[in-house]
Amino acid sequence: MGSKKSDRREFLKSGAALASGMALGAATKSASGQLEGPEAFIQGTDELVGYGKRSRFVTSERIAHGGRPSPDAFGLDFHIAAPLQDSVGVITPSSLHYVGTTRGAYVPDIDPEKHRLMIHGMVDRPLVFTMDELKRLPSVTRLHFIECAGNRANRRHTTVQETHGMTSCAEWTGVLLSTLLEEAGVREGGDWIVVEGVEEVKGASSIPMTKAMDDCLLCYGMNGEAVRPQQGFPLRLIAPGFEGIFNTKWVRRIKVVDQYYMTYNDFGHLNQDPVSAALGYQIGPKSVITYPSGGQQLPGPGFYEVSGLAWSGGGAVSRVEVSTDGGQTWVDADIRGTAHPMAHTRFSFEWTWDGTPCELQSRCTDEIGQLQPSRAQASEFFNQSGRQSRVRGQDNSIQPWRIESDGSVHNAIA
Amino acid sequence: MVVFTMRLLKLLPLIMLLGVSAQAQSPIYGVGRTPTAEEIRAWDIAISPTGEELPEGSGTADRGSQLYLEKGCAGCHGTTGEGGLAPRLVKRDVGVREDPWDYGRILPIRSPYATTVWDFINRAMPLNAEGTLTPDEVYSITAYLLYLNDVIEDDLMVLDEESLPKIEMPNRDNWAQVPDWFPGQPRLEGYPY
Repeated sequence: MGSKKSDRREFLKSGAALASGMALGAATKSASGQLEGPEAFIQGTDELVGYGKRSRFVTSERIAHGGRPSPDAFGLDFHIAAPLQDSVGVITPSSLHYVGTTRGAYVPDIDPEKHRLMIHGMVDRPLVFTMDELKRLPSVTRLHFIECAGNRANRRHTTVQETHGMTSCAEWTGVLLSTLLEEAGVREGGDWIVVEGVEEVKGASSIPMTKAMDDCLLCYGMNGEAVRPQQGFPLRLIAPGFEGIFNTKWVRRIKVVDQYYMTYNDFGHLNQDPVSAALGYQIGPKSVITYPSGGQQLPGPGFYEVSGLAWSGGGAVSRVEVSTDGGQTWVDADIRGTAHPMAHTRFSFEWTWDGTPCELQSRCTDEIGQLQPSRAQASEFFNQSGRQSRVRGQDNSIQPWRIESDGSVHNAIA
Repeated sequence: MVVFTMRLLKLLPLIMLLGVSAQAQSPIYGVGRTPTAEEIRAWDIAISPTGEELPEGSGTADRGSQLYLEKGCAGCHGTTGEGGLAPRLVKRDVGVREDPWDYGRILPIRSPYATTVWDFINRAMPLNAEGTLTPDEVYSITAYLLYLNDVIEDDLMVLDEESLPKIEMPNRDNWAQVPDWFPGQPRLEGYPY
């Protein structure tokens, strides 16, 4: 009782102090010697009451990827990279999630009331769903990364946004594709699906039925709200761990078919070499240190939590290692939180920098035992020569960051 | 691993068959409605490599060369299929090559099937007026692009729903199929990364 009374007294007192501070104006020095309050306040507006905004002091933004303007002369969005250097945790905010479009595409402005999904082809019962009907079906919520096939680092890149920004991770909510396919009843021989969007090129990819039935999701939710238009509002396919292009946006139609359809999307990612085809399909084990990373500046020697992201299309990340000597020796990093299958996983490593030049690297192993290679290891495996030889398929090679004695951090790809 | 995969491959049709027969009579949730045959026809624009869905119609490269100008293709892709803002439509000028991949990632020369060319023109072109071309027009423009790339040599050759899938594209068998996919399988057998 007594302690409650005293809490209340404290509250009344501090409340009175705050009120008088506001009345006198924020710039007034405190005569009592107490710490000053904030320099300014954010004016409440109807807009901010309705939908919040980040601080004006937080300016992290996406950038056009790969040197192509975005939007381009046609007003099309191409490839937009997420600011991984500023990321914390594993969720990419929807406004900062990377964007990739096939040869450029307009972002459709879709009224969800009018949007329909059709499932047809080799099924017993073709079906058409409204968005409301899809939301009546059993739902799942899962963390999944998406990564663009073009997320390939080179030595000209200066920041992690340039080297690795074409991947992001969000919490996705929707209906398992298997739920819908079972409802429609897949006929024998229906070994593939073609998933098609509404945009002007009506992008479509061929996906094997094994994948469709295993873990594909048709999502209406992203990070606790509706999927954003740039990410496929009102309905997006998530094909966990597959290259970005398979995650069809603005999904309107799913056709169950008997063969690989060689759609325009399929054609665009076609390979001549079976090794590249296999390595450019399901994303390999991959990680990158986001702090300290290229373009950042360490103030001086001392303690730092080295932090980064790891992910794999093969399952959950089971181990992350960090090297501070350019890959000669490795020590285990801590996995922060839970490592979810096909999701970005935050890792950290407690490190005291002695102020001498060094090279930081990270590598991960996934739950099925795939290990992230260095460029040299990947080349060596295929007997490719030259240090700069291209990593075949999806580039999942180790990213080196060099720290100079002045604390500046640089891309160390040779 | 090989044995495991083989077993899965053999079992899979059985598993899927069981799944189908168990639910053939009754859907579980009964949500959603059945589309009409007409709706399905109108929505279904996917054309397979074997061409079953191709609509009746026909065209020639000769007719396609006029449509290429009339429909605005030339405005974005260039009058000769190159030099425009939009992707190049004619093979790179590298002389005659043994490996057709050397001609570049250009749809009407690299695609293993002519059906992909037809499908993409039909669904995605012309920009801002997608889906407005008639089947005859799509057959003609497809024929013209194949003619520009020396895939067909006769500009009066008639392309239709029968002949189009039979076109022998130079890369017909010169491409790598993606591997069979199963959950928990490494990307490439024997590759540690």
